[in-house]
Amino acid sequence: MAGKPKLHYTKGRGRMESIRWLLAAAGVEFEEEFIEKKEDLEKLWSDGSLLFQQVPMVEIDGMKMVQTRAILSYIAGKYNLYGKDLKERAWIDMYVEGTTDLMGMIMHLALHSGDTKEKHLALIIERATNRYFPVYEKALKDHGHDYLVGNKLSWADIHLLEAILMAEECKPGILSAFPLLQAFKGRISNVPTIKKFLQPGSQRKPPPDDKYIANVRKIFNF
Amino acid sequence: MSGKAKLHYFNGRGRMETIRWLLAAAGVEFEECFLETKDDLKKLRKEGSLLFQQLPMVEIDGMKMVQTRAILNYIAMKYNLYGKDLKERALIDMYVEGIIDLNELLMVYVFQPADKKEQHFANMVDKATNRYFPVYEKVLKDHGQDFLVGNQFSRADVQLLETLLMAEECKPDILAKFPLLQSFKARISNIPTIKKFLQPGSQRKPPTDEKDVPKVMNIFY
Repeated sequence: MAGKPKLHYTKGRGRMESIRWLLAAAGVEFEEEFIEKKEDLEKLWSDGSLLFQQVPMVEIDGMKMVQTRAILSYIAGKYNLYGKDLKERAWIDMYVEGTTDLMGMIMHLALHSGDTKEKHLALIIERATNRYFPVYEKALKDHGHDYLVGNKLSWADIHLLEAILMAEECKPGILSAFPLLQAFKGRISNVPTIKKFLQPGSQRKPPPDDKYIANVRKIFNF
Repeated sequence: MSGKAKLHYFNGRGRMETIRWLLAAAGVEFEECFLETKDDLKKLRKEGSLLFQQLPMVEIDGMKMVQTRAILNYIAMKYNLYGKDLKERALIDMYVEGIIDLNELLMVYVFQPADKKEQHFANMVDKATNRYFPVYEKVLKDHGQDFLVGNQFSRADVQLLETLLMAEECKPDILAKFPLLQSFKARISNIPTIKKFLQPGSQRKPPTDEKDVPKVMNIFY
């Protein structure tokens, strides 16, 4: 038995990607078991491995954890990426919920097509530029530190970097009005564990393509 | 200045209701500032009071907190409703996230367009009775304790009770097949702070009526 966390999901980003990022940033090695066809999901169901019949599921520390936020909170808590006290946790939570909302929008983009896709993309760009990025730019400006909360690397920084890179995939140059976020991106990308995760051959997954989406729709029936 | 937590939202359940439940269960008094019009929302945004231009917003301990989960996490931790260690927190988080998913389905029902309502209702009932309730029934059965996690009252119990009651509002006999959830419901409802919150005149809000939907939509959209 490896003792490493084991991730159960499809071979793509989806809701598992933030978990991969956080484990990687924490320097935690993990294994992955990919759901490639409906039978794989059905087996997890019949094994009783999925508390609410859903993935992501992560086997970690003797638990079969489900629910993305529960898993992320556990990892952040365990690896000291959740601030030093209640107030820092509050700020990390607020920031992470914002980036979760933004990344959720980007995740759904792949499910749209044609006109609605264009509209949705425009909304993502608008929200990123007017609602979300200004908040993080201001946070960095106000305290002048390298990290979002408590002058120390936390889940909030890792999550923001992930969101920034996803947003740039939607629109290169989306950070043009945000100099501090650009510097932040450069800085956090250079944290050794994160730098490693950003290199080819890591467990980071590529953006979804049509083939992946078609397969996901088939497996999960939507 | 009263020092009490101050909740900013419209005069209805929505995403603030769970926060009201948790504060009430913790025995924490709070004030409410109700938004009535779009201008009220614009004012809050203009003041810079809303980090992501959204509600709920709760003024608490010198912070203007936003994002429902962030607020709930803070209250739960502060008032010792979040388990005793990382593992109990993990369980609480898993249970709570499931409850929130079900709660979301119940919450948005009234906002569905007429032609989608029937399907949404069927989906809600199916998920409640086949996906979510069996989990909590089994948890209670397996450990035989009064509370979901760690043999101690936690936010998981509060949030489950809230959702059980909401589900019953949609379909009164929805707990018919879940005897342990029925006794859980009675037991948790009798906790003094919760019993008080369940009485008329408390800050608990009634279900959003169909006729209020346009007003709510107008504030937010």
